[in-house]
Formats: sequence, structure tokens, C-alpha cells
Amino acid sequence: MTDSTVLRLNGLSKRFGPVVANDDVSLTLAKGEALALLGENGAGKTTLMNMLFGHYLPDAGSVEVADENGVLQSLPLGHPQAALAAGVGMVHQHFALAENINALDNITLGSEPLLALRRNRQAARAKIEGIIERSGLKAPLNTPVGRLSVGERQRVEILKALYRDARILVLDEPTAVLTPQEADTLFENIKAMTREGLSVIFISHKLREVLAFSDRIAVLRHGRKVGEMATADADEKAIARMMVGADTPKVARTDMAPGAPVLNLSGISVTGRSKRDTLKGVDLMVNAHEILGIAGISGNGQSALANVISGLAAPSEGHIQVDGIPVPKPGPAAMVKAGIGRIPEDRHHEGIVGAMSVAENMVIERLDDPEVQSRGLLRRDAIRDNAERLAQAYDVRGPGVTASSRLLSGGNIQKLILARVFERSPRLILANQPTRGLDMGAAAEVGRRLLEARERGAGVVLISEDLDEILGLADRIVVIRDGNLVEAGSHDREKIGLMMAGEPA
Amino acid sequence: MIRIEPRENPSRAFAIGIPILSAVISLALAAIPLLAAGANPLTAYGEMIKGVFGSVFALSEMLTRATPLIFTGLAAALAFRAKLWNIGAEGQLYLGAMAAVAIGSGYLDAPGIVLLPLIILLGAGAGAAGMMAPTYLKVRFGADEVVTTLLLNFIILIFLQMMLEGPLQDPMGLGWPQSAPVLDQGMLPPLMERMRVHSGLIIALVLAAIAQFMLARSVWGFKLRAVGENAAAARHAGINVNRSLFGVAAISGALAGLAGVSEVAGLKGYLTSDLSPGFGYTGIVVAMLAGLSPAGVVVAALFIASVFVGADSMSRAMGVSSFLADLVVSMSLLCVLVGGFLAKYRILRTREAVS
Repeated sequence: MTDSTVLRLNGLSKRFGPVVANDDVSLTLAKGEALALLGENGAGKTTLMNMLFGHYLPDAGSVEVADENGVLQSLPLGHPQAALAAGVGMVHQHFALAENINALDNITLGSEPLLALRRNRQAARAKIEGIIERSGLKAPLNTPVGRLSVGERQRVEILKALYRDARILVLDEPTAVLTPQEADTLFENIKAMTREGLSVIFISHKLREVLAFSDRIAVLRHGRKVGEMATADADEKAIARMMVGADTPKVARTDMAPGAPVLNLSGISVTGRSKRDTLKGVDLMVNAHEILGIAGISGNGQSALANVISGLAAPSEGHIQVDGIPVPKPGPAAMVKAGIGRIPEDRHHEGIVGAMSVAENMVIERLDDPEVQSRGLLRRDAIRDNAERLAQAYDVRGPGVTASSRLLSGGNIQKLILARVFERSPRLILANQPTRGLDMGAAAEVGRRLLEARERGAGVVLISEDLDEILGLADRIVVIRDGNLVEAGSHDREKIGLMMAGEPA
Repeated sequence: MIRIEPRENPSRAFAIGIPILSAVISLALAAIPLLAAGANPLTAYGEMIKGVFGSVFALSEMLTRATPLIFTGLAAALAFRAKLWNIGAEGQLYLGAMAAVAIGSGYLDAPGIVLLPLIILLGAGAGAAGMMAPTYLKVRFGADEVVTTLLLNFIILIFLQMMLEGPLQDPMGLGWPQSAPVLDQGMLPPLMERMRVHSGLIIALVLAAIAQFMLARSVWGFKLRAVGENAAAARHAGINVNRSLFGVAAISGALAGLAGVSEVAGLKGYLTSDLSPGFGYTGIVVAMLAGLSPAGVVVAALFIASVFVGADSMSRAMGVSSFLADLVVSMSLLCVLVGGFLAKYRILRTREAVS
């Protein structure tokens, strides 16, 4: 190893019961290097970084971090404070900011003595402004964080790490919540910082950004490191194969003429408490044999739109028609009855009742079906047979259909929901972030099922923050911004990105 | 450093063993105050066992004590399954009891075959009605039902005192704040000659069996479990969450009301404001000990009744304070709650990492 090594992970292993999250993973990171950590969901990327940061105690292995003089020192494991002190900063996927206080205070929070009588805010401000100057990470310091955009919040998180003199920065899926343009800017900033000597590890499963912005790539699969290469030598196909262990199933897609309208929203308004729950008089038409993609930055009304279509929110104005028939009193049950299949955004929170069995979750939307109950009593054998059949057909793997559904992995939970939705041959499918957090195999399966439904004659509303996913699946794209819908009119990535950001295309 | 990690596979033996172990530990812990009171714990426990199982009379007393606890335990267990925290069983019990004496102590002089079912229905209905306002406030305004049901207990208790010194007062009662006795044909028949145990116990056991069956096997139980475990997912799936909550609120209140009916029309015969020594609150303990399972409620109610009756008898035999019974009950609850936690999580001591 050269002198410039700032971090060395030696043979880290971690088991959670029978699950091996990491198995003998070793990594090094050089000063000023941007290392991309790639892998499917569940490959162990986050676990590895959590061990580095002291959130988890490894079962075996050690971590060494360079001190100010560049000499590697072994890091006490299982102590986040020690990791912080050694100059390791981590920005999690879910931000840990206090929404009611401003960015400046969020950044300094926790790095000041608890019992200090007065705070030297001037010095703190000067230091932060210096960091902003050098890195280009612009964020308004005096605004409560609750009023900042997602991109700004993320920059505050990074500033927080840098303020604590992080020499090694770990970013867990930093672009999951950003527009393509914001993501590009973020990486520009990261580049600027690595030139100053900061070392960065970023976790991602978007190949495009990994290839564009990293110096080196390490790939994890099933908890092991299966490959490592300089980005200059890498090619997309090879990495994808390394991640999945086989060629990714290609989603085959044929052109299809749209049929009659299956969903018609006219003049729908929803007054919500925040921007994310608000719709301002939108019209939307979805036809049979059509996948309509809703592109947009998170929090621009996607939730409101999804809630209206799934029946969770009652619009204050406007009309809903499914298959040309008005839905007079919208509600979840009425929507299911009208022929809408719903794949919710938060599959753990809204999709399943974790404490109930896989079989029960598979019938939870049709409790009045005579196949499921007779005279108010559950037909348990029929419910179990139904579940066995669906688990087979949709490849739901886990400890069995009578086990609690919370024991399933994220991908299998999604397959459970797919089985529940597609089994009823819905006229319209609402798929809200259907592949978020899924590995490539499970994501491809979702895409395949959506295309299959389209072929059968269903209409699909696909809401996604992953523009590539929409570009790959949708026949027609509508951009949602600030509670309004605008037809994109094309599949042009650049143009849609600008529309998402609210700039005239 | 101490870490807490969830256990991967809480085993079944564990789930059953923990409550039993907890009960044993709580008895062991209760030996300390017994020693402090100057009694030999082993003799004391011997007296306790004799006081519960030593004679048919003792057994009958224990079952008599367990009867209201099964009702209130079921009331708490079912509501808690839906995450509806009904702390108001005590008040609902008195509502049921008031309804029972209002109709049963002479207002309606009908044959038993009419009067008794009517008393039961009205008592259950009164308990159920007592749960409607807190549930409405919760559903409509998000008012915390822990607070509303708890405080309603005190309001109902004062209302009861007003009724006992007013419309419900026994005209022949020499001014005592008590109701007129329930007519003979309105009483729940006793189960054994010269014993206090009455057919309220049978009703309680049947209801427990029905609750157990319905919870696991009916659509109603399915919805209730879904609402309790994940209301957001239940709503998304098209289950009417509010309707489920009102339904279980009514059933929970009715069960607590039946506890009052059973005490008045099965045991005491008339109503006073000290009818219940906190059966409503003890029902919460019973439900927690039972892990919110209706079948478990029966077992837990029998256990707690045994401790109470046994400790009473022990304190008489050995001259120690009968408050020890309360102590054992509270300790057993604490032990079971801690035990339940340990069944789900394990505590790891990690070595201080060396730097």
C-alpha cells in the first residue's frame, strides 16, 4: 500500500443470525479518491459502511484510519464517536436533521459541549462559509431546515460532516432523491472536494453516475467483494454482470396502440398540509395498453396523486372515472372494486401488515370474496391454497406462506404485493415507486409484470423518481411539479430534467 | 457497553416458558417483603396454596374472584389488539352494574327468562355506550383514549354516587348509599350449593372461547388484527378502520359492563360504590399477562385470582398484611413484561473495544 492510503478495512465480517451481511470484506481508500461501492440491495453495502462508522460491531476484522499525519491507526470498533473523531463522516440515505432549526445550528449541533454557556456562532459561521466556498455546496444557513429542498438538505448533511473535519466521507445513495441535474451538481462538488484531498466512498446502484464520477469501483454481492477495478477500465455490462452474477434480464417492450381510456381524472384538486399532498386542478387520462410515467422530484404532489388514485385521499374538487364509469364516493375499497390495483410507495408501511401471515396479506384486499370467507368466517384452507399458488406463480420466497410477512425481504414483499394486485386482473394499475430499494432482479420482474399488464389491456400509472425507469417503461410521460401536471411530449432526458426542475424547456 | 438486539427466532417454548418463569420469579421476589414482615415464606406460600386449592370452598372463592377478571381482561385484550387503549373498564363495569340494578331491582317485575337476559343485554349495552364517546373523540379529533377513558372512570364513579343517593337508592336501605336488591328471578344462578361461584363464570368462559375463535377465524378478527398491527396498511387495503375501532370499542365496553352485571346479579345482589376493588384496572394486568390472547386471559385471570385469594387467606392465617397480594400481582406483571421483552430481544454485553 502507498503512503496515501487513508482507510483500510481488513476482512470485515458481520452476521445477523443466519444471514451473512458481510463476509471477509477488505477495502482500501486513497487520499483524494472517489470510490463507488456498487451492489444490489441486500448485497451488504450499507452494513459495511455502518461497521466503518461504528453503528455495528463487526464479528471479525478491523478498520484502520489515517491520522492527521497520514499514519494508519486502528479504529476502535463499535464507537461512532471514535469514527467521528478519526475523521470519518457519514451521510445516510435518510437525513438526520432537526427540521425546526436552521442549517447553521444543524451543522454545529452535537459538535459543541453540552454545557457550554455561550456558543461561538461567528467562528462556526466563518468556518462553514469557508467550506461552502471551497466545495461549492451552497445551502442557506439561516433558514429552518424544514423549508429547504431535498437537495439543500443533503448539502447541509454533507456540510455537517465536513464541519467536523471529516477526511473520509461516506455517502449512502446520495442521488436517490435528486433530479438528474442536481445529481450532476452534487458530483461536481464532490470532485472539487476530492481535489482538495477529501476521500469519498459513495454507495449507489446507478451505473451511469458511478461510471461518470468515480475513480475506482468495488462491487459487492451477497456480502462479499466480487470485484474491484479502476473506473477507467470498467464497462457497464461487465459491472452489471458482476453485481447480479448473471446478465440482467432485458425488459422486452413492443410498441402498442393505446386503447380506450381506463382512468380519467378531471379537475382534481387536493388541499394538503404541504406541497407533497397538494394537487391543483389536474386532468389526467390513462388509456388501455398504455404505461403513463409520472416524472418529478420527490415531494411535488406525487403523494397526493397516488392517494387520489388509490382512494386514500378524497379530492376537494373534480371527478374520477374508471372505465368510463364515475366513482362517486372514492375510498380504498371503492377503488379496488372499480378495478384499480395499487402498488403503494411504502411497501412496509402501507403494503403489508407485517405481523400477519403472507397468506393473509395476499387476501387482505378481498375479504368479502366468497372464495376467502363464508358467512363471516375465514376459509383458511382456501386462503392457504391461494397463497401457495400465488407464491409459486410470482416467485415469492421466504419461510412459507403461514409465516409473518415481515420476515420476507423487500423484494419478496414487493412480489407479494404484485401477486395480490395482478391476480385480480385490474383495469388500471397504480405503481408508486415500484422498484425503489429493490435489487435489479426484482426490479426487472416488476417491469416485466407492468408490461405484461399493459399487453393484456390494462392502463398503468407509473410514479417514479428514477427517470431512467420511466424512460425505459413508459409510453407517455407527464411531469409533475408543484401540484401541476405537464405533458412532456417526448422521451428526452435533458428536457424532462429541466421540466422537473421547473425551468422552461 | 450493553447492546440490545432483536432475537431472530423467538421460539415457542420460550413464549410459553417466559410467563411461567416470570410468575415463579415474582413469587420468589415476594419472599423478601414476607421475610421483612416476619413470616416464613415457605409456610406463607403453603398457606396461599391451601387458601386456593385446599378445599372446594377455597376453589369456589378463587373462581368467584376470577369471574370479573375474565370479563375485564377480555375487554382490555380485545381493545388492545386493535391498539385501542381502553383504560376505562372500571367505569364501564359500573355502567353495566347500574343498568343491571336499574332494570333488575323491581322496575320490571318479569319472569326470570325475560328479566335475566334483559339485565345482561342492558348491562352490556351500557358498558358499550360508555366506550362510544372516547372512541368518537379519538377518531374525530385524535383525542388520546388513554386519557379520556381513564378520566371517564372518575366521572362515572361520581355519577354512580349521585345515583346511589338519588334515583337508584334503596328506599328500604335506611339511607345507605346502596341500590335496592336485584329481584331473585333476575339473579345469575349459583353453580354449586352454598358456594358463591355463579353462572357468570360460565358466561365469561363461553365469551372467552368465542373471542378466541373469532379473533383467529373470522373476517371481523382479521380486520381487527390488521387495524391493530398496521392501521395504514389496513386502510390502504380497503378496511374501514374507524368502523373496526367502533366495533371493538363497543365489544370491549360491553365485556366490561358484563363484569359489573356479573358482580351485581351474580354475587352481591345489590350495587354499592365499592362493588369493584379495581377489577377494571386489574383486567389490564390480566390482558398483558395473557399476551392479549383471549384464551390466555382465562389462565391469567385464574392466576391473579389465586394470588389475591391465596394472599388474603395467608394474611389471615399468618397475620401479615394482605397488601402483599397486590405486591405479588404487581411484581408478576413487571416480571412478565420484562420477560416478554427478553423473549423478543437479547441483551449483549460487548467488550470495550481497545484502541
